[in-house]
Amino acid sequence: MDIDRRDFLKLLGVGSAVLVLGQGGRAGALDATGGKDDFMFVQMSDSHWGFSNPLINPDATGTLKKAIAAVNSMNVQPDFIVFTGDITHTTDDPKERRKRMSEARDIISGLKVKDIRFLAGEHDAGLDNGEAFQEYFGKTHYTFDYKGVHFIVLDNVSDPTSSITDPQLQWLDGELKKLDKDSRIIVLTHRPLFNLYPSWDWWTRDGAKAIDLLTPYKNVTVLYGHIHQENHHMTGSIPHHAAKGLMFPRPAPGSVPKPVPIPWDASAPYKGLGYRSVASMSTMTDYVITEYPVQKG
Amino acid sequence: MTNSKRFVVPIVLSMVLVLAGLAAAADQSGTPQVIKITAKRFEYNPNVIKIKTGVPVIFEFTSLDRVHGFTVPDLGGIRQTIEPGKVNRITILAPKAGTYEFRCDLFCGEGHEGMTGKIIVED
Repeated sequence: MDIDRRDFLKLLGVGSAVLVLGQGGRAGALDATGGKDDFMFVQMSDSHWGFSNPLINPDATGTLKKAIAAVNSMNVQPDFIVFTGDITHTTDDPKERRKRMSEARDIISGLKVKDIRFLAGEHDAGLDNGEAFQEYFGKTHYTFDYKGVHFIVLDNVSDPTSSITDPQLQWLDGELKKLDKDSRIIVLTHRPLFNLYPSWDWWTRDGAKAIDLLTPYKNVTVLYGHIHQENHHMTGSIPHHAAKGLMFPRPAPGSVPKPVPIPWDASAPYKGLGYRSVASMSTMTDYVITEYPVQKG
Repeated sequence: MTNSKRFVVPIVLSMVLVLAGLAAAADQSGTPQVIKITAKRFEYNPNVIKIKTGVPVIFEFTSLDRVHGFTVPDLGGIRQTIEPGKVNRITILAPKAGTYEFRCDLFCGEGHEGMTGKIIVED
C-alpha cells in the first residue's frame, strides 16, 4: 500500500466510528518494516441475497449494490474483502439456491478489489451441508496468510447442529500447531464461537473447543457475522467482534422474545445496516476497526 | 344447604382423593407421564407445556416433515434430534420451577429462528 501511515488512518476514520480493539501489546513499538506491512481489509456480512419482504427492506435488491459501490469509492481501497456468511437467503429449492448464489456472485464481482474470501452462513449451507456453496464460492474452511497475519476460516454452519465438528477441530489443532504462540491470528467465522445467546441459536455448539485450542495463542481476534449487529466480547484474551448485516438488523440478544428482523424505519432508511474495515499495522497487535453505515443515495 | 349439595361435597372430595392416589400410584410405579409433541416447519404443537418440578416426564416427538431438533439451553442443554418416520423420546426432569424456552437447533429453513416454545415448570 503506497500511502503514509498517518494518512492511512486519517482516511479510514472519515465520517465513521473508529474502534481500536484488541489485546494491546506491541502498540508504539518501532516498526522495522516502515509500514510496508500495514494493510486493510473490508468485512461484509449477511447480505441474504434473495430475501424479499418490503416491510423489512424495501430495497432488498439494492442494498448490497449500494454497499459495493460505497466500498468501490473508499479513498483507500482494501487489500482484500471477506464475506462472513449468509451471502444468500435460504430456500428449500436447490435450483433457486444456486440461482441466488450465481446472482450474488455476479453482483459481488462488481467490487474493484478482486481478492475476495467467502465464508458460508447457515442460510447458504445449512440445508445441503454446503454443497451449493462450495460449487459457487469454494471451500468452507481454509487458511490464508497476509502480511504477517494468519487467517483461519472456520465453518460452523454446514453441519446443521451449529457445530464445527471434530474433524474440523482436529484440522484447526493441526493448523495452530504450525504457528508460534505469538503469531498474529484472525479467525473468521459466521456464528459466534462463544455462547452469546444460545436460546436464539447465537452460539456454536462446540465453539468452546475451538476457543480452548486458540487460547494459548497470544494474538487472536475473531470476526464473525450471523447476528446482524455489532457486538464486542472477550473470552479470556480473545476479542470477538460481530459485524452488521446488509439486509436487515436483528434485535439485541434477549431484548425481545424472538430474533426476528427489525422492520424498516422509513425515517431512517438502512438503519442498522453496514460493513466495516479492519486495519492492521505492523506496530500494533490491535486492529483499527472502522464501521461504515449503508447510506441512502 | 340442600340435601343434594350435602351429598355432592363428600363425593367430589373423595374423587379428588382417588385421583391423587392414582397419581401417587403412577409416580410410585415409576411410569412417567408422556407428552406427545409434533414438530414441523416452523412450529411445535403444543408449544407451551406445563410440567411439575422434580417429576420426570417423557416428551414423545414426531416430525411431520423433515429433521428438526429440540433443545432446552437452560435445562442443562438437553437435546433431541427429531427424525421423520420415527418416534423420538427424551425424559425431562426439571429441578426448579420457572419458564424454560426450547427451540429447534437443527437449521430447517427461513422460519427456523422462530421455531420455539416454552416449558412451564411449577411446584
